[in-house]
Amino acid sequence: MATIRDGKIVEDTWQHVADGEAAPEGDVIVTLARLRQEGEALRARAGKLGVRVGSDAIADEIGDEVKDLALVAIEFPKYVDGRGYTIARKLRDRFKFEGELRAVGNVLRDQLFYMHRCGFDAYELQEGKDAEGALEAFQEFSVTYQGGSDDPRPLYRRR
Amino acid sequence: MYQYDQYDQRIVEERSRQFRGQVQRRLSGEILEDEFKPLRLQNGLYMQLHAYMLRVAVPYGLLSSTQMRKLAHIARTYDKGYGHLTTRQNMQFNWPTLEGVANILDELASVQMHAVQTSGNCIRNTTSDQFAGVTRDELEDPRPYAEIIRQWSTFHPEFAFLPRKFKIAVNATPDDDRAAVYFHDIGVKLVENGAGERGFEVLAGGGLGRTPHIGQTVRKFLPKEHLLSYLESILRVYNQFGRRDNKFKARIKILVNALGIEEFSRRVEEEWEQIKDGDMLLPEEEIERVKKHFAPHAYETLPDSDSELAALALDKDRAFGNWVKNNVRPHKVPGYASVTISVKDKEIPPGDLSDYQMDQVADLADRYSFGEMRITHTQNLVLADVKVSQLRELHEKLVAVNLGNANANHIADMITCPGLDFCNLANARSIPIGMRIIDRFDDIDYMNDIGDVNLKISGCINACGHHHVGNIGILGIDKQGVEHYQLMLGGSAGNDASLGQIVGPAFTQDEIVGAVDTVLQRYLKERESADETFIHCYRRVGMAPFKEALYGDN
Ligand code: SF4
Repeated sequence: MATIRDGKIVEDTWQHVADGEAAPEGDVIVTLARLRQEGEALRARAGKLGVRVGSDAIADEIGDEVKDLALVAIEFPKYVDGRGYTIARKLRDRFKFEGELRAVGNVLRDQLFYMHRCGFDAYELQEGKDAEGALEAFQEFSVTYQGGSDDPRPLYRRR
Repeated sequence: MYQYDQYDQRIVEERSRQFRGQVQRRLSGEILEDEFKPLRLQNGLYMQLHAYMLRVAVPYGLLSSTQMRKLAHIARTYDKGYGHLTTRQNMQFNWPTLEGVANILDELASVQMHAVQTSGNCIRNTTSDQFAGVTRDELEDPRPYAEIIRQWSTFHPEFAFLPRKFKIAVNATPDDDRAAVYFHDIGVKLVENGAGERGFEVLAGGGLGRTPHIGQTVRKFLPKEHLLSYLESILRVYNQFGRRDNKFKARIKILVNALGIEEFSRRVEEEWEQIKDGDMLLPEEEIERVKKHFAPHAYETLPDSDSELAALALDKDRAFGNWVKNNVRPHKVPGYASVTISVKDKEIPPGDLSDYQMDQVADLADRYSFGEMRITHTQNLVLADVKVSQLRELHEKLVAVNLGNANANHIADMITCPGLDFCNLANARSIPIGMRIIDRFDDIDYMNDIGDVNLKISGCINACGHHHVGNIGILGIDKQGVEHYQLMLGGSAGNDASLGQIVGPAFTQDEIVGAVDTVLQRYLKERESADETFIHCYRRVGMAPFKEALYGDN
């Protein structure tokens, strides 16, 4: 599986940690449940801390808890589940989340452009997919009509 | 009409290139069919019973003659020589190949057209009144707002994977509603408030399908500059809370009803509070920029023509007189009229146009109607700006290409879904039933006697033919493997929105046409006068007399 960040394929230092598994050294991504239970201890570790939330998470409910973490990973259980786009936008626009916003799960090339516009900056591309080719997705459109988390101005403010 | 600038043009060209790449990756096996499906759907490409179908977007139904000629060319080159008008004012082609579609998109882009979001679980083509801009009963032309919504919704990054498809309609006529705003996921009504300011009433949760609902008011008055942020707020609430576990419960109407309109509206307003004064505020200059594209044509100054139009309806050439009476309506500019070209003929599937007819209509639009035409949601065409003095000439030319039928707004002017001839969800055929009904009511005097009535046919419960809101609705069902048809009465899609009720046991294919006739004959007996239309009569007398006529006493 390749990780893409800021339009490039990168070496990934983050590790997903399952519930019940001890947190290893380094940068870790835990579930929201675990963050709630062990938040203090996790924050006290040396490595960076990130959280993974499901597509059924409601941004208004989790925003304050996660907004100063280094990373929020939003899950796409099926790429046709579009809730993650709204979660991302609200974390960026309303909660001013500035860490890494990462799409995980069923993440495919043809959704990357939209994800980027909604505030994602990192992607764990679905296993077995062509990562080099996927980078082209970010350049497929040079004009957009509406504002997004990448640029809040609709085309009518740029035209 | 709206003309693309460099930005709009670049978007459709880039889309075409993107789709060509997606097709190549599909053909090479890099994308699986399951992954490709939503991509092709968001580009209007369906898999039907026998082949692919491509649905081309015609924003709010408005087309130039150049665009129509391009559609004719596409029908000829990539299809079997015809296209089909849809209830979302689009045109679809039933027989393209996957490889051909990429070329079709390039062809479309060359005339400022595309197939973006004509299917899939995203925001679909925004529809409006087919007489927008020329009708006397509107506050102002709704099309600039439909265009503004089109641009906002095109490739909206947050709303490309909604729980289900999403349809928006806009109208601006306080007393009449030809855009069916009460039966859309969002209905936008241009209104005036007590202070004489223009804004929008916003409705949500209307829809047909398996569980029809009439849309409810989310906000009575929305200042114009907030149009897009308000739509965005509704979509955002829907995207978060709409059901995704059951596709039959995924439309926004289910959410609105589950939460109740108060709670739904509260969530929308709460969302809106957060974004309403941001960058989405619609500046007056942008509204003006778009409005300029819909400025009135260079009409000649002509004397008032209402009495002339009334006289033409009584013309001694009865074919022409009837056509004027049924298919021509007054225009807001003296000396002009709007013509409905009926695409309902007993020999041809309702809404089908041949490439030759498309070319001819394009020529007629150039000659008689400022080079523009419109597709109606009732699967007809409109030439909106014809001089009254040229109506006779135009009629002759339409008759010559088999488009001169005088049946607009009458029993033969029906909506039919594709049904079992094309659709893999169908229980029964719709098109042949439609054609047989047109044939049955071929006698123009009988049809005129029956007067204004609309008939809508769906081949299954998904209601693509809008049978719930037909004054007379027909629904195809499967009864032990045999096609049957349920008859419904009393629906209306207008301002007096209502849902039809099933009369009784279903009819066979051989019985259904006669059953429609039985209902109409009973109506002729029941009505108080010729001024009482079918729907008014039905509302007065109720179901009982019709039931009795159809099934007898027991
Ligand atoms: S109503 Fe049913 S049969 Fe007709 S087009 Fe829709 S899904 Fe197909």
